[in-house]
Amino acid sequence: MAKKSFRQAVNEALAQEMRRDPTVVVMGEDNAGGMGAPGEDDAWGGVLGVTKGLMPEFGRDRVLDTPISESAFIGAAAGAAATGLRPVAELMFVDFMGVCFDQIFNQAGKFRYMFGGKAVTPMVVRTMFGAGFRAASQHSQCLYPIFTHTPGLKVVIPSSPYEAKGLMIQSIRDDDPVIFFEHKVMYDDEEEVPDEPYTIPFGEANVTREGDDVTVVAIGRMVGFANQVADKLEGEGIGCTVIDPRTTSPLDEDSILESVEETGRLVVVDESNPRCNLATDIAALAAENVFDALKAPIRKVTPPHTPVPFAPELEDLYIPSPEKIEAAVRDVAGHRA
Amino acid sequence: MSGDIQAITMPKWGLAMEEGMVVAWHVEPGSEVGAGDDLLDIETTKITNVFEAPVGGLLRRQIVAAGETVPVGALLGVVADPAVEEGEIDAFVTRFNESFEVEAKEAAAAAPETQVVEVAGLPLAYLRMGEAEGTPILLIHGFGGDLNNWLFNLPSLAESHGVYALDLPGHGKSGKAVAKVGLEALAETLAGFMAALGIEDAHLVGHSMGGAIALQLALARPARVASLTLISPAGFGPDINADYIEGFIAAERRKEMKRLLQMLFADPELVSRDMVNDLLKYKRLDGVTAALRAIADAVFPDGRQAGVLSPRLADLAVPLQVVWGAEDRIIPASHAADLPDKVRVHLLDEVGHMPQMEAAGEVNRLIAEIAG
Repeated sequence: MAKKSFRQAVNEALAQEMRRDPTVVVMGEDNAGGMGAPGEDDAWGGVLGVTKGLMPEFGRDRVLDTPISESAFIGAAAGAAATGLRPVAELMFVDFMGVCFDQIFNQAGKFRYMFGGKAVTPMVVRTMFGAGFRAASQHSQCLYPIFTHTPGLKVVIPSSPYEAKGLMIQSIRDDDPVIFFEHKVMYDDEEEVPDEPYTIPFGEANVTREGDDVTVVAIGRMVGFANQVADKLEGEGIGCTVIDPRTTSPLDEDSILESVEETGRLVVVDESNPRCNLATDIAALAAENVFDALKAPIRKVTPPHTPVPFAPELEDLYIPSPEKIEAAVRDVAGHRA
Repeated sequence: MSGDIQAITMPKWGLAMEEGMVVAWHVEPGSEVGAGDDLLDIETTKITNVFEAPVGGLLRRQIVAAGETVPVGALLGVVADPAVEEGEIDAFVTRFNESFEVEAKEAAAAAPETQVVEVAGLPLAYLRMGEAEGTPILLIHGFGGDLNNWLFNLPSLAESHGVYALDLPGHGKSGKAVAKVGLEALAETLAGFMAALGIEDAHLVGHSMGGAIALQLALARPARVASLTLISPAGFGPDINADYIEGFIAAERRKEMKRLLQMLFADPELVSRDMVNDLLKYKRLDGVTAALRAIADAVFPDGRQAGVLSPRLADLAVPLQVVWGAEDRIIPASHAADLPDKVRVHLLDEVGHMPQMEAAGEVNRLIAEIAG
């Protein structure tokens, strides 16, 4: 089994599903690059190269370079999904999603419900998110809470290359619209990824560390940070269970609650802004259901309620860091009931 | 007199093991230890197991204390004759640790890797260890297992024999597009595997369903089989834990997989998060569920074993021993009752369906004994 990057893992998932199922198509701005212009075909392969190589293998009928009109091509993807294709549309940065909310929230996300369960919408929207790329406040947001909030959508946030490939294949085979979040600073992360196709079920959290003292729920890029902290503190006798929900809709509530019942302490690490984010949601979930088990206040580790700063020093300060996670874990571990 | 000083080093259990933690020592410094005695407990990310003393003598030093984690090959302790002076042991430890870094790199470069051979159009993954000439040992795992089930056996057996462990069709890293899936077909695949690698005959060691496959091969082609060690084998009676088989085929979730794996061991604490995750990663691969379904339908139809081969043992000339855990919850140890006298039966107390893991030292000795 070879080590592959996050980028390769997503690319391999797309290529293998396109080989397996002729109804799978990809579309987006510069997914190949060079459409209608002289010069090299497949020059871009997506803005960060994730779809590179698909156009030469599958042709322009299945790798569609779209105009710079998200409302048009996301709407087209929703329609294609409702009428028999399995489109994977790339909406470059999630920050741009606002211009096609109607297509996502009111069309794709509602088809199954509005048509009495008779319609399916097997559409995947791939999108980049997250801070740390020095891309300023309009290209760095972490907007998965908005989609998690909306019934009818499934929301997937892989935390590693292995997770990315299995969750992408599951997303493509799923009959509901899936918003698939790729953290742009994780594309070069590497780990062992099987060559064969495989699927990871939605709504099944991954427990990446096991410990008796503190439950740390972390999402996306934060999972790696939480693992670092758990490994460090294990040596000091503070045991952390780290839970990666993988999908925030559906959310594996049971795994989180059962762990908090055992540890009595909860830290939630979420890279999205703190008002109405996943950290508030998961904190409320625990407070409502396992209050009697809690031995310490629930702690949230999030950025502040500000746009993502462009100044590198401020951007670094904005992102939840292993140090901030460690401080929160130490804080709750210090409450001995 | 450094020849009288013996290094006890961190073993390598399984291809993925890079380091291990010493959980507890069973022998105090200054005490005699016999080769094969329980020396210390070692925890890896996958499993905790007892490490038996590879040599006997006076334990002079515990280099690594309980709770410490060190890489594979690192010095754990020193066994030496009482006549050896403390200063000599100090020098030995210093020399060992100085050369260890270099050796660790060389060992990593020479670490065995799984290879692939095609048999009747299906790629079969296998591992080969050990340099010894002569009739090799071939390890055959059970339903839902893979060659890593032999992690505690491969290094030990490879000291005296060439050892092969394969992934059966539909399992591990072997091809998942299985066509022929009954016991006879799987035994023919095994014969094809041996032929493809130029193995004329072998000491077959089969676990669970792999035991029935090995026995089937011995009945069909006795010339290919030098001896049989069957561990908690299928093929000796009609009973099989159908909840386990069906549950394993269906399991997609961590909790369910953990519950199932705990049925395999007398001590359910042995089932680690990594063990559960490895099985889930295997189960998620395209084609695995279909392959397991097909094999189970052929070998264990309607929750019973299709092939009861033990009545044919009387005609079998191949040396045969059976190892069974008394607490086996998958295939009952009562299947080992009433076998012909020539079959040596070893019933192990406080062991479940995985004697090769739960009683690795004992199983390794039994295999080495029959394989000569």
